[in-house]
Amino acid sequence: MDYTDTELMMTAAARQLEDGDSVLVGIGVPNLACNLAKRTHAPDLQMVYESGTIDSNPDSLPLSIGDPVLAAGAASIESLMGGFSYYLQAGRIDVGFLGGAQIDRRGNINSTVIGDYDNPKVRLPGSGGACEIASNVERTLIITPHQRQRFPEEVDFITSPGYIEGGREAHGLRGGPEAVITDKAVMGFEDGEMVVESLHPGVTREDVQEATGWELQFGDDVSETEPPTDEELRLIREELDPDGVYL
Amino acid sequence: MASAISAALSDGDSIYLAGFTHLIPFAAGHEIIRQEYRDLEVIRATPDLVYDQLIAAGCVRKATFSWAGNPGVGSLRAFRRAVEDGVPNEIDLEEYSHYGTTARLYAGATGLPFIPLKTFAGSDLPKVNDNIRPVESPFSDETVYAVPPLNPDVTVVRAQRADESGNAHLWGIPGEQKEAALAAKTVILSVEEIVDESVIRSDPNRTLITADDVDFVVEEPFASHPSYAQGYYDRDNEAYIEWDDISKTHESLTEWLDEWVYGVEDRAEYVRKLSTDRVLSLGAGNNYGVPINMGGN
Repeated sequence: MDYTDTELMMTAAARQLEDGDSVLVGIGVPNLACNLAKRTHAPDLQMVYESGTIDSNPDSLPLSIGDPVLAAGAASIESLMGGFSYYLQAGRIDVGFLGGAQIDRRGNINSTVIGDYDNPKVRLPGSGGACEIASNVERTLIITPHQRQRFPEEVDFITSPGYIEGGREAHGLRGGPEAVITDKAVMGFEDGEMVVESLHPGVTREDVQEATGWELQFGDDVSETEPPTDEELRLIREELDPDGVYL
Repeated sequence: MASAISAALSDGDSIYLAGFTHLIPFAAGHEIIRQEYRDLEVIRATPDLVYDQLIAAGCVRKATFSWAGNPGVGSLRAFRRAVEDGVPNEIDLEEYSHYGTTARLYAGATGLPFIPLKTFAGSDLPKVNDNIRPVESPFSDETVYAVPPLNPDVTVVRAQRADESGNAHLWGIPGEQKEAALAAKTVILSVEEIVDESVIRSDPNRTLITADDVDFVVEEPFASHPSYAQGYYDRDNEAYIEWDDISKTHESLTEWLDEWVYGVEDRAEYVRKLSTDRVLSLGAGNNYGVPINMGGN
């Protein structure tokens, strides 16, 4: 069955999740990836949203992280202060999803400005909760389209720290980026640097290198990303996103 | 709302229109625009459409925030025009993360001189904001970051219902509404409906803030449109998507303000101006919590 780039990213992201994980979800592809994982291999995945809803089970696509569908039927709802302190900072969240305008070779993410901070070319939304998600979860998953301007060797502004100099632990940071899932490849990290683990079907090493702003490292055994199964595609198209909002 | 805003707010004040995508006080923002306040410092974790409108109307000299966007849609275009091009005027920025902003309110609400967080290490945010400073733990060799208390001159909070004196019930996502109210010097409480005091006292666990902390109580149905009010109405998602077009230029945004803010007297007229079909289409379905037993003799 044919599938779109987004469907492939969604299923690749879903497979990074383990049953029983507590996940800080985002709107869009991460939300769909978590719901997909929950309906396949991870029924006990716990979805937590930045707005403080704990163990949400939305019965329709949330329009924002403050959507009432995330609140209705949740196990609990925390204030922002409670969510960020009791849950995130205290280490109760295993996985967090992040995106950003730029991601660099060490997994640092920029969602603040392109160009100089005081005289920006593009003013982006800013951290939101991204800086504390990147600092406090055990495993950060990054989902983004793979384009050269999004993958500079160093980001213009570090909003959310990746594998920073001196090591994360020395700075009191947990975990770190575990995977970068794009429309071309899945990358992991070795010694704090991004390394290609699998290429999507039909994508060459040159394609990925072309879309990356530094000399990209490839793992010893780069595989082909497993495409979505018919059942995964059925779940996405018929149950999770029947109106095709994110496809 | 008009009299509460005019009594509470002065030019140059700092103002926190609270709400984390849910229960956003749009009607209060529109009233501030209509009364033509200037040089305000607008503060919120998530300055969304209502702050875009305040910026475009020329009310703002500074934005203190952690995420400035159109939630689920994209950029805040008037915010970007002010930052990138100085239109209609330049604005100063003071930028945190969500936890940074919320923790500042908590410090403000509880009288702490600062509050430490395990955020900001390795980020460039401390380089551009002198209010984010490293501090050593007095009890271990850990270094964490501290942020100062935040005490807005005026906070507007929204809740679903309150009694006449201002004891307020909120359900669904509470965001930072409680901290923002307790940290502020003056509090305006805006609710969907005023109910009898016995309703509030039947379920005190649901109370967001008490009357002691409230200076003005405003009953104003639909005052969070186009955002959500759990159990009352859903987000008008079309309005958020349309905003991307409306705000594309300063001129098209100003036309919108002329029609929907300056062109109406108050929220009631705004609601009448929205078509009945549109208002009805946003109605929330029914999904009741089970009553609890508080006991008694």
